[in-house]
Amino acid sequence: MMNGKHLKLSAFLKISIGICVFILLFSSALHAQDWVKTGTNLGVQRIRLAAANFKAGSSDSLTTPLKTVFDATLYNDLKNAGVFDMVSKSMAPPQAPGGPQEINLSAWAAAPSSAEMVAFGSLSVADGRVSVQGFLFDTKNTQTPQILGKQYADVASEENARRIAHHFADEIILRLGGGINGICETKIYFVSNRTGNKEIWAMDYDGAGQHALTHLGSISISPRVSPDNSRVAFSSLGKDGWSIRMYSLELGRLVSFTSPGGTTISPAWSSDGSKVAFSSSQTGDNEIYTTDASGGGLHRVTAFRGPDVAPVWNPKSNAQIAWVSGRSGLPQIYIMDSDGANVQRMTDGGYATSPSWSPNGQFLAFAWDRKYGPGAPGGQDIYIMDIASKRWIQLTHEAGANDFPSWSPDGRHIVFQRAQDGRTEIWSMLADGTEQQQLTHDGWNAMPNWSWK
Amino acid sequence: MARERPKNRTPKEETVQIVSRGFLHRNSLTLAAGMAALLVVAGCSKKAAPPPPPPPLTNNGPAPTATITATPGVINAGGSVILSWRTTDASDVSIDGMGAVPTAGTKTVQPTESTNYHLVAKGAGGSTDATARVTVNAGAAPTSNLSESDVSDSAFHQNVKDIFFDYDSYDVRADAQSTISSDANYLNQHPTLKVVIGGYCDERGSTEYNLALGENRANAAKQGLVTAGVSPDRLRTVSYGKEKQFCTEHDESCWQLNRRAQFSIDK
Repeated sequence: MMNGKHLKLSAFLKISIGICVFILLFSSALHAQDWVKTGTNLGVQRIRLAAANFKAGSSDSLTTPLKTVFDATLYNDLKNAGVFDMVSKSMAPPQAPGGPQEINLSAWAAAPSSAEMVAFGSLSVADGRVSVQGFLFDTKNTQTPQILGKQYADVASEENARRIAHHFADEIILRLGGGINGICETKIYFVSNRTGNKEIWAMDYDGAGQHALTHLGSISISPRVSPDNSRVAFSSLGKDGWSIRMYSLELGRLVSFTSPGGTTISPAWSSDGSKVAFSSSQTGDNEIYTTDASGGGLHRVTAFRGPDVAPVWNPKSNAQIAWVSGRSGLPQIYIMDSDGANVQRMTDGGYATSPSWSPNGQFLAFAWDRKYGPGAPGGQDIYIMDIASKRWIQLTHEAGANDFPSWSPDGRHIVFQRAQDGRTEIWSMLADGTEQQQLTHDGWNAMPNWSWK
Repeated sequence: MARERPKNRTPKEETVQIVSRGFLHRNSLTLAAGMAALLVVAGCSKKAAPPPPPPPLTNNGPAPTATITATPGVINAGGSVILSWRTTDASDVSIDGMGAVPTAGTKTVQPTESTNYHLVAKGAGGSTDATARVTVNAGAAPTSNLSESDVSDSAFHQNVKDIFFDYDSYDVRADAQSTISSDANYLNQHPTLKVVIGGYCDERGSTEYNLALGENRANAAKQGLVTAGVSPDRLRTVSYGKEKQFCTEHDESCWQLNRRAQFSIDK
């Protein structure tokens, strides 16, 4: 019934992915501002941006190491943003301008750097504090080139140098990236077995600062951070089976959540933080339930034979839930109203799991093995689907088994797990499938969840 | 992730380095000895350390690794055990008494007496070994005149067999139906035994979905026992999904072993 709506893979190869993204967005272009700059080959030029190495403004022995961290972090943040054509450092003019009076804009505007915008400034360390002056200049506007001028100071540490770079990068991205907040200070929660057990971990969006949150010594999976970054819901195996547990990021310990009995797994927050949806086998068969944020007011949403798991709210309205159901055989992605009405099947076959609803409410990202079955070819890949049209595109190709996509709050990025060559690690990519990069390298790491802000 | 400040070289180390360079220009045993002494006094044992040993002569590849497990580890005479082994970087693998075996695999054995299964793995990088022990209890299986507290795990497992499922299914198959009947028979003869039913899936598919599927398998087994007269109050289900793989090979025989409902005494 849905066959006519599918774009065949071979067709994708003939036309660029960017055109597909364009087709995908065509029906609702009004809501697609944050995508216009995401896709490549859309006919929208990315801004050519240079991030100069900052000038060392002091002789304190910490200046050079902190400046190295700052320069690298700022460059990576801007590169990761997905909206800039970055000037390679090797093409930059040799001088590192420390302030507005030191920059030679025509040198940056000229080939080979050909920069339209330049980020530059100075970093100094004195009395145990690091201070940074950062500027963003438009090379074409010789009269009033300054777009941004910022000053930051904090205790001198590598972590703070990194944080200041994230902050400055987010300012630039906000100004030049269509008014959408950057994601440089967001976190990714995930599962790692590095301590010998599957525990809940956290890291910066770029993979820095990986650390364990839980030490339960059991199996803990499916972390989902609350929209206000205060709590992480997850599911954990105890003596009586699986239950939803709640970790407070503010208190650094578990806090109470009333979890129903049976196998209770895969929690999901509504975007206003007032509700949690999850899957529970209270009746002997896993169904979708919703509760308030502490587990009270249990409400059953689905009632059908077969597993129902992995709910996720439409973050735009909280009036719909997408989830995975095995009611017709192999698991498929479905959506329904949050009271259980208007059930609609989204995928038309194969093995589809792990939906993540895009921040603008328009797309589902999910894992799909379209030719699933014993001995069948094909892999498990990340796809996104335009909900209104059910048109989809494939983001990963011929690289391991991919699962658990999670959108970044800017809707430009997706983090996911990839099992390849006997390793399972966390990767991120732009939401058009490009710029794939591995974020974890140590142990088994899976089920990433991107924070809401 | 470690966030160390870059180490500044201490002045003491700097001095020693300059002194040692100065000495290198002179060709005097006495002074060399003095230099060595000075280095020791300066506490810079790093500089006085002997050169690293030459690399091993026969390093033709990574050293092989091997593991072997026997499940269950204790049986009664006449019972069977599943041996499961895997190796890395090994070309030549053998198990004492069984001869050459594949580099990884599973095999069902029925030892009549307690046995050590000793696996030797040889490869370009050397050899290693691993051992799994199976204890065989002599004597007959327990009869119904035993008090319940004496029922051992091994007797339980011998009489209450696991049931297996088809791919992505939690329907009780015909062959599993007869297993459930005999399982229920035993449980009805031992009415105070409580049972936990674990639901398991093979390694394929997605973690969360498999937990629900495992729950359905455990419940299907529970329902079968209840229909055959076992009180539901004695039965508890736990899903392990694909979290605890019984067999770790990537083939159908192994997947089939993993797609099961497993019965254990609920202690």
